[in-house]
Amino acid sequence: MSALLAFDNVWLEYGDKIVLERVDLAIAERSFVSIVGPSGAGKSSFLRLVLGQEAASRGRILLDGKQLAAECGPDRGVVFQRYSVFPHLTVLRNVMFARECAKARFTGRLFGAARRRAAEEAEAMLAEVGLDDSLHLYAAQLSGGMQQRLAIAQALIARPRVLLLDEPFGALDPGIRQDMHRLILRLWEEHALTVLMVTHDITEAFKLGTRVLAFDKRRIDPHAPHRFGATAVYDLLLKNKLPIETPEVSVTGITIDRVGNNGQN
Amino acid sequence: MRWVNIRPNRRAATLLGVLPLLLVLVVYLFASAARHAANPADKVLPTPAAMAAAMHGLLLDADPLSGQIIFWADTAASLERLGLGLGICTLSALLVGMVLGVLPAARATFGALVTTIAVIPPIALLPILFIVFGLGETAKVALIVIGITPFMIRDVAAHVAALPQEQLVKAQTLGASSWQLALRVALPQALPRLIAGLRLSLGPAWVYLISAEAIASDVGLGYRIFLVRRYLSMDIIIPYVVWISLLAIAMDFALAQLSRRAFVWAHQVDR
Repeated sequence: MSALLAFDNVWLEYGDKIVLERVDLAIAERSFVSIVGPSGAGKSSFLRLVLGQEAASRGRILLDGKQLAAECGPDRGVVFQRYSVFPHLTVLRNVMFARECAKARFTGRLFGAARRRAAEEAEAMLAEVGLDDSLHLYAAQLSGGMQQRLAIAQALIARPRVLLLDEPFGALDPGIRQDMHRLILRLWEEHALTVLMVTHDITEAFKLGTRVLAFDKRRIDPHAPHRFGATAVYDLLLKNKLPIETPEVSVTGITIDRVGNNGQN
Repeated sequence: MRWVNIRPNRRAATLLGVLPLLLVLVVYLFASAARHAANPADKVLPTPAAMAAAMHGLLLDADPLSGQIIFWADTAASLERLGLGLGICTLSALLVGMVLGVLPAARATFGALVTTIAVIPPIALLPILFIVFGLGETAKVALIVIGITPFMIRDVAAHVAALPQEQLVKAQTLGASSWQLALRVALPQALPRLIAGLRLSLGPAWVYLISAEAIASDVGLGYRIFLVRRYLSMDIIIPYVVWISLLAIAMDFALAQLSRRAFVWAHQVDR
């Protein structure tokens, strides 16, 4: 499989504090990468690098062989632990948001036939995450689990090349979390997604991932702990869980760029 | 049962709320009656009948000089100044507050300026406003604008800047430009806060209006109160103060209803 996302000797430093050092990774298309590690080991910084919220101080990050822009764009989708839906929009409008941004540069709103098309598309996506009976509720009225379902649908409709999950199920009840695991695995297979997920839950990491990265510091200088950064110290490929190659899936795959939907970005 | 656990239901709460108001009224009536028993010509605590008699002329008879009914002319003049002032405030607070809230560079550039203007006591600027704009309507409206706009700008800007970073990142990953981010994410969430800020500003706005009218004017609710003060006309001052309070309550209620109707999502109980 081709490397969708490549890290080439990436460092992240703030002044003399080194957060990440010598990160060299190649992430394959259609893989589900779980990222674990103790607090402060740079998991979230790693995700912020991929998101473009931070720029690497050394090294390069390549998405599809092109250097990643240090600003988030629609080639990367994200679901945070909280606050990743818009409370002032209905469920349907939350999912239509990406289409409205792409097609209405000035008003940010669609009208008439274009609006109906966007709404139909959004309804289909919401049906997949099981929110088709809550289309007209405000996001502020949803429970935590429903908000995360909405956040996933909202991210997927923009057809990102890679889906980033930052402890997406950390704030949910155990029962709901199991449902969400089934949902994300189903979506991952059906839409041939490439997923990077940061989690605190080791069981979750191994249950969902096809590859588990553990971030930690290789060395610690007791007199200057900030002078050594973290990197991926373990990199486990779970071979038995690689996605089954089914030709009809890859055509509709969301994060697989066969239709050039991310070409302009 | 502990006192902290005693919670009146809706009907009881309404009843309890009305009780102190009634009490104040009753105390006034008794005090007024007592003073009139001692001195039938007392002017300090006029009886309701005296107030009705004094207001009768202002409410029904046209002023021989201007041909207008004084009470309504005062109300219209004051509300026009207040409306103009609050309108200008709201629009400029929304515009400037949004720019400051959405753009960190604008916040860094103009944040200190707005804060500096906000700490100047507006009444201290009134002489400057009278010198610059003359004694006409402009100076009075300008006092209201200068008095409450900095507060509202800072309130809106702080609220927009405090929107969760996750939302802004999410919007960008969905392809939103700066303009779309401001229009679709920040603006709708700033509007309920703007209305809340406006409600809080109503009190200061009335203070500035009445101050400006008291110092230089020829019509207006504040002007009338300060004019009749010279004749110790409590029988006019008290009804005017009650009328001003009623107007303020009505405005506050209307704004609260507007916010509740227009921004249903903002009035949900947090989960």
